[in-house]
Amino acid sequence: MSGADHILSVDQLSMRFGGIVAVNALSFEAQRRNITALIGPNGAGKTTVFNCITGFYKPTGGTMRLASESGPIALERLNDFRISKQAKVARTFQNIRLFPGMTVLENLMVAQHNTLMRASGLTFLGLLGVPSWRAAEKRAIEHATFWLNRIGLYDRADDAAGNLAYGDQRRLEIARAMCTEPALLCLDEPAAGLNARESAALSELLLSIRAEQGTSILLIEHDMSVVMEISDHVVVMDYGVKIAEGTPNEVRDDPRVIAAYLGADEEEAIAVMESDN
Amino acid sequence: MGHVTASPTDHKQPRGRIAFILKKALISAFVALVLFSLMIGIRTEAGPTGQLIYWTRFGELASIVAIVFAGSIVIELARQWLGPAGASLLVPAPVQNGLATAGRYIAPALLIFTVLVPVIFYHQRYILDLGILVLTYVMLGWGLNVVVGLAGLLDLGYVAFYAVGAYSYALFATTFGLSFWICLPIAGILASLWGVMLGFPVLRLRGDYLAIVTLAFGEIIRLVITNWQSLTGGPNGISSIPRPTLFGLPLLPGPNGLAAKLGIAFDPTHRLVFLFYIILAMALLTNWVTIRLRRLPIGRAWEALREDEVACRALGINTTTTKLTAFATGALFGGFAGAFFATRQGFISPESFTFQESALVLAIVVLGGMGSQLGVALAALTMIGGFELFRGLEQYRMLVFGVAMVLLMIWRPRGLIGHRAPTVYLKQAQTISSDLVKEGHG
Repeated sequence: MSGADHILSVDQLSMRFGGIVAVNALSFEAQRRNITALIGPNGAGKTTVFNCITGFYKPTGGTMRLASESGPIALERLNDFRISKQAKVARTFQNIRLFPGMTVLENLMVAQHNTLMRASGLTFLGLLGVPSWRAAEKRAIEHATFWLNRIGLYDRADDAAGNLAYGDQRRLEIARAMCTEPALLCLDEPAAGLNARESAALSELLLSIRAEQGTSILLIEHDMSVVMEISDHVVVMDYGVKIAEGTPNEVRDDPRVIAAYLGADEEEAIAVMESDN
Repeated sequence: MGHVTASPTDHKQPRGRIAFILKKALISAFVALVLFSLMIGIRTEAGPTGQLIYWTRFGELASIVAIVFAGSIVIELARQWLGPAGASLLVPAPVQNGLATAGRYIAPALLIFTVLVPVIFYHQRYILDLGILVLTYVMLGWGLNVVVGLAGLLDLGYVAFYAVGAYSYALFATTFGLSFWICLPIAGILASLWGVMLGFPVLRLRGDYLAIVTLAFGEIIRLVITNWQSLTGGPNGISSIPRPTLFGLPLLPGPNGLAAKLGIAFDPTHRLVFLFYIILAMALLTNWVTIRLRRLPIGRAWEALREDEVACRALGINTTTTKLTAFATGALFGGFAGAFFATRQGFISPESFTFQESALVLAIVVLGGMGSQLGVALAALTMIGGFELFRGLEQYRMLVFGVAMVLLMIWRPRGLIGHRAPTVYLKQAQTISSDLVKEGHG
């Protein structure tokens, strides 16, 4: 690890809920244009870290620096929506949070809210239907169409998002996050509930996002095949602290990781060891 | 009565089924007996010297209980015969499809009819008055629809903005002698400022809590108006509010009136027709703006907010300003409608702005199908027009009306027009079933 180009540097991050310490002095870095995985047994505090990074929780202590083009941004000082708007950090949720009553296309249009809001002259120019607004709307639809093709949902564009199959909803949520044109994409268990084929397609999608859009990806994942296949760097958490980090191969052989998984959940430990082969 | 809810399939045996029906009917009859024994069984009255006179009416009581008993059996038989009740059963699919097709032509037909109402019913003042009233509620419904239907924020105090609009116009017109057309935007802007003021404290509230605070807000405005005697005239209200003019020409008899200038005979109906077209134009403006807004990012953000607020924030949408603009836009139209109300009545008092009005407008929005423009218009027509239609029933009017509303909500739980039309499409706009569309958390 050269430490040269970190998009995200988490330093001594702590999150306490009353007497419970969910995250304790966690420090890690995510490299630009890398896929960083955050793994650990259930209840290790991974989602809490995510909620801190994306502004849904205000951390009790520590700093989170995001390196943007215009200099470092202290994420812990930004409100939730500004983290997406200004710091360009997008996220998905463990339990899918689409807008079920809106169409697939509308979901992707809502994601471009801030761009469109500017183009519509804070609604006033849009209300008058000026040509520049129409052009911006057309571009937004094209942008959405691009992502629909990427996730293979072009034909479902006008269907309600709530009517999609589970795997399609997962992919749509990733596309919706990508429509905000993020610098860092945070995915909370994107492979949860997917079958082997869908997991493979997901891995492919994430690799292509990194390659083509140059987006850095931070993901929480339990599906070890996905983690081992696509991650460049793995951070392992247990009981709110980091117990190991390194490349997938290094982490896999780490006795502390195996112990953590064996102690907590036998199946996942076996999964870690099996992915060795 | 948990055992009563057992499904009919548990009683495959005819004897068991009969026992079940009888048991249920007996329980219903018993409940009716307890309920009505004092209400109907005993009649009390104050005697000539002030003492209490009472007499029993066991005959009537017995017949009521018998009706409940028989009715329960009939309902239960019908239910077992037809199977479990559901919307699909109540309305057969072809009829629903037919309604959907007809729906496309309802809006233009309704609009043409509305434009022609003053021509057709020129000599029927009552119909014209009713038409103006219905259109006022259509406009209020469309305004509240932005807040409740699109943004999913339950607002029980909408009448506050109606009141602010009405009093703004009344005060500006009577104090400074400003014309209706200058005061109209002022009234709207003041109302939407109040909308933002209401919006701030309730930003963090959701659902029931939001509803209660908005309800309180409506009451506060009414109480302030009632008690601020020096400004608003208190319970006496404000009278002789000027009527609207047409390009500065009043619709009055006399040499300066519009009729005299045009060289035609004065007719008080002219003013009514004029008011009708004013409110029609204002309502259509509300509709046009709302339809446009839905297709703009702000409108989509409102609907996204109704669907999932957390996801909105994750996408970088400022939920604070999004909620405030929803309140402000809704209030703006409420204020316009209020100004119109003041100029139409010529007299306003706090009595016109009770919670009843808020409830009525909310009922229109809910009945119409939250978010549907056509639905709200139909609901306003049904509610206000229906209310007048049942006038002949006198004291049973509310009862019939209530039953009709309950039945309608059973038949169409998500309102007359329950599905959502998408705001943008690639190939073809498909309506979205109400099962998927969220109602909002507050």
